[in-house]
Formats: sequence, structure tokens, C-alpha cells
Amino acid sequence: MKLIFERGSEGQGCAVLPACDVPPVTLPKQRTKELRLPQLSECGLSRHYTELAKEVHGVNDGFYPLGSCTMKYNPKVNEAAASLWGFTKIHPLQPEHTVQGCLEVCRQTEQLLCEITGMEAMTLQPAAGAHGEFTGLLLMKAYHDSRGDKKRTKIIVPDSAHGTNPASAVMAGFTVVSIPSRDDGCVDLEKLRAAAGEDTAGLMLTNPNTVGLFDKNILEITSIVHEAGGLNYYDGANLNAVMGIARPGDMGFDVVHLNLHKTFSTPHGGGGPGSGPVGCKAFLAPFLPGRRPAGREKLHWETSSHSIGSVKAFYGNFLVVVRALSYLLTLGREGIPEAAQNAVLNANYMMTKLQDLYPMAYPGICMHEFVMSLEKMKHETGVSAMDIAKSLLDYGIHPPTMYFPLIVEEALMVEPTETESRETLDEAIAVFREIWQKAKTDPASLHEAPVRTGIGRPDEVGAARHPILRYEF
Amino acid sequence: MNEYKYRESHEWVKFEDETTALIGISSYAQESLGDIVFVNLPSVGDAVTAGETFADVESVKAVSDIYSPVSGVVAEVNEALCDRPETINEDPLGAWFIKVEKITETEELMEEEAYGPFVAGLE
Repeated sequence: MKLIFERGSEGQGCAVLPACDVPPVTLPKQRTKELRLPQLSECGLSRHYTELAKEVHGVNDGFYPLGSCTMKYNPKVNEAAASLWGFTKIHPLQPEHTVQGCLEVCRQTEQLLCEITGMEAMTLQPAAGAHGEFTGLLLMKAYHDSRGDKKRTKIIVPDSAHGTNPASAVMAGFTVVSIPSRDDGCVDLEKLRAAAGEDTAGLMLTNPNTVGLFDKNILEITSIVHEAGGLNYYDGANLNAVMGIARPGDMGFDVVHLNLHKTFSTPHGGGGPGSGPVGCKAFLAPFLPGRRPAGREKLHWETSSHSIGSVKAFYGNFLVVVRALSYLLTLGREGIPEAAQNAVLNANYMMTKLQDLYPMAYPGICMHEFVMSLEKMKHETGVSAMDIAKSLLDYGIHPPTMYFPLIVEEALMVEPTETESRETLDEAIAVFREIWQKAKTDPASLHEAPVRTGIGRPDEVGAARHPILRYEF
Repeated sequence: MNEYKYRESHEWVKFEDETTALIGISSYAQESLGDIVFVNLPSVGDAVTAGETFADVESVKAVSDIYSPVSGVVAEVNEALCDRPETINEDPLGAWFIKVEKITETEELMEEEAYGPFVAGLE
């Protein structure tokens, strides 16, 4: 397919900008050459982007069981709410009395998310999950520092954690202590006890964890950390399994981040914008970043007394927050836990219908996602988790998460989400089973897959080793 | 001297004398990781601690920490790996990551005779 620079020709264009109505100025450093912008008619431009859109697979195209990412369908009513002019034709510096509705959106979203997580205060400012992690860790650091407790330099992270956890901890200036998981994928209490001490700033944990299991020892885990003087951080990546049913605040967590683009049905992928609100217990609220809505009848923006400062401009990705509020209000008190229950039901349905062929990495009932290991398949037939994932593309199914969590060999992690019907799940199950048969009878064909997509197997290694990041004219 | 000894996490160490050694990763490690596309190495003069991470490698599958089997000071860094990380896949026992000197502590490690069966048991 042609790049945009290879399309169009000199003189083509589309008049989308109104005529300039301010006097031109001369810049101190004037460009000497014309900008080499593509010259395309509106029609050509439209076709270019439509062609690009046809090359990708989104949740609007088909099943998208990408584990740990919660690629649920984004209801169109959210879009309708977010395109109301009262939310779009505004400026962040506008007087407060003219944007009371927007402040109310932020206030209500904060309150509802606090109720779902069992937290007492929240910031909507962080732009995504890892940004939320970083913000939450800064809150923990500010808390320890405010007590003069400078020796707490270590963050404990289980080896099953998302890679962003240790990365965020290092970014926030902590040293990471990685503790191995037990064979069942849960936290090893003895290892945690051995790691926790007076240098522990806190623990970062995902529950349900990254292998799709709810850690039954959660209360003991969080109290071990509290008794050592540390704080507990909840990574909300897997909240979809328990929202409205179990609250991180009741499990002993002090700080959480949520991914509105995972759990609360705002668009996900394509680079965002995402939203990663951070909630905390009251004792951490004075450190929250940015400005938050305050007041009763008339709302105003307020900065926390010991704020860590802003982590993003103004109020975060506000229109994403509007979408999430629309989702929360649409589902309501009954719908939110029902969504979680259906997410768990769908995952267990698929797992049960596949486990006679595909070995599951962990026995028993799963939460909202399950992990299978293709290790045996790879040894017997040479077909890897990657080959299975690529083959799914030929059937119009987005591959599951591959090679994660790292503690499972040849892992495929499947998360159907609650928005898929039983018919879709049955079709996907049939496809997985058919691919299994192919792997046994004609493994070579799977090494070639996919054959029905625009691009077969891109050179991932070449792209990583020798990335071409700019167009050479 | 001059023999490869291994950690359970698949790093090797080769002593040049009693307090100097090279560290790299085993053939099993590079095979499990797949094509390595990036290496993050420490600087000369950095301290490394036995049982703690000193570098990380990135393959198309994942980013993995590399642990040091010894405590000491980084004397040399194999910068060539940064430009050609594929060397680790091609010649894992030749592609040393760092040379450590002033070694004060060494973990209990596996000899080659023990590591072979250990890896075979994993497969």
C-alpha cells in the first residue's frame, strides 16, 4: 500500500482551513525551504485513511480476545455524549461558572469510581495505566517523605506482574524487589514476608492476577505489607473481573489506578487517548496531583494541600472521562457487577470448551481471562503460540496476548470480555479447534499463516533492530 | 579457571582469574528469548551484586532481566552488543556482556556437567 507521501501530486489540495484573518508575522528563524507536505485532494485523502482502516482489526471488525487489555465494545452512546457541544466547545481556562457541567462530570465520575474501588479520593489527570502507576507511586513516596521516613526505597513486585509495574517503580526513583510466584500463580506469602521490611515503600499487585486468578490470600498479603510499614498499590488492569463485586479498598489497598480505556468502555488502542485515574484512601488525598472539583452547589477547581504537582496538563483527557461516565450511568448499580459476571462467565465458557485440546497453564475456574500453554504442542509439532496466534488472523479473529505472562512458556492469554455473545464465542471455539487439528496434520501451513491478510508476517526482528522512523524523500 | 558456570536463571560466568570474570547468557537463554533486538548494559565502574540484576535484554517476545552471579565492579562493557545484539543469538558463549573485577562474592553455581541435564529437564 502507498504511503501518503507517495500519493497525490503537485497542486492538489483541499481547502479545509478558512482564510487567514490575522496579519502575517515574520519569525526570527524563518524556514528557508517549503514544507514538504503531501498534496492530496479531499477525495484522495479520504481514500488513503479508509484504506489504512481496512488494514487493521478493531473490536468493530470482529472478536478481539486480547488478554489483559479488556478490548470490550465501546457503546456508541458514549460517543454521542462526548460530542455534545457543551463538552467540546470549551477551553480549560474558561471561568468556572461557565463550565459547571464539566466540573459535575468530573465530580460524579470521581465519586462513582471511588465507590467501585473502595477509595476515598481520586484524580482523573493521568493519561493511561502506566502513567497512573507512576502517579500512585509518587503519592506513596510523598506520604513516606511527609513522615520523615526516608529509608523506604523498595517496591515489591511479583514476577507475574505487568512489565509496567517495575518500570514505573524505577521511574519514580524506587528499587524493585521481584518475588517469585507460587506454582499456582499466586503470591508466595513466605517470600513476601522475607522481602517486606523497614525499607519497603510498598507492594504493587494486580488482583485478579496476570494469570487470571483471584488471589485468595489477598487480605494476608496486604496486611503483611502494612505491618512492615509499607503501602499497597492496586493495578486496576484486571478490575473488569470484579467491578461492582469486590473492592480493592476492602482488600487492603491504599492506592489504585484504573484504565477507563479497558474497564469503562472508552476507546482503546491506536495510541489513545487513554485515561488512568488514580484513587486513594483519605490519608493520601492531600498529595493528589492537579486540580479537582470541589464545592457543593457551585463547583470550583481546587488543588490539594500537599499536591505532588500536575502529572498532565489541566484535567486529563476530559472527553474520555465523559465517555466513561456515560458508560457508568448506562449500566448503573445493577449493570456494572453484571458486566463483570458475564466477563468471567464468557472466559470460563471458552476455557471449558477448549481445555480438552489446549492445556491450561493453571487448573480450576478462571476469572475474566485464561492462560494456555502451547509448550507441548511446540515440542511435538513445531507449532508455536505465535503460529496459532497468526493463524487466527485468517479467520478474522484478533490474536490473544502472546508470550505473557512471562512465567508461562508459549503462553496465549485469552480475554473474551462480557460484550461477546454466545454465538461469537462458539464460532471462536470452533476456529481454535480447527487450528489445533491443522497443527497436528499440517504444521507447515501454520508457519505460513496468515495468508488472507494484507500483510503476512512482518519482519518484527528487522523492524526492532533497524527501525526506519522517518520518510526519506 | 576458564570454565563456564551457570545460574539457574541461565546466566554464565567465566573466571579469568580469582577476582575477574566475564558474564553472559546461555544458549538455552538466547533460544528461549528468541531474536534479541536490544541490550541495556551497565557502565564501567558500576557495582554489581550477586543475585541482583545488572542488565536487560529485549527480544520480540519480552524484556528480561539479567542477573549477576557475582559481586564486584564492572571493568569492561561489551559495547559491540548494543550495535549487534544478534551476536548473543549467534554465539551466546562468546558474547560476554560485562567483565567484572574485584569480585568479593560468588553465588553457588552449576558446572557445565550439571547445567546440561538441568536444561534438559526444563524441556
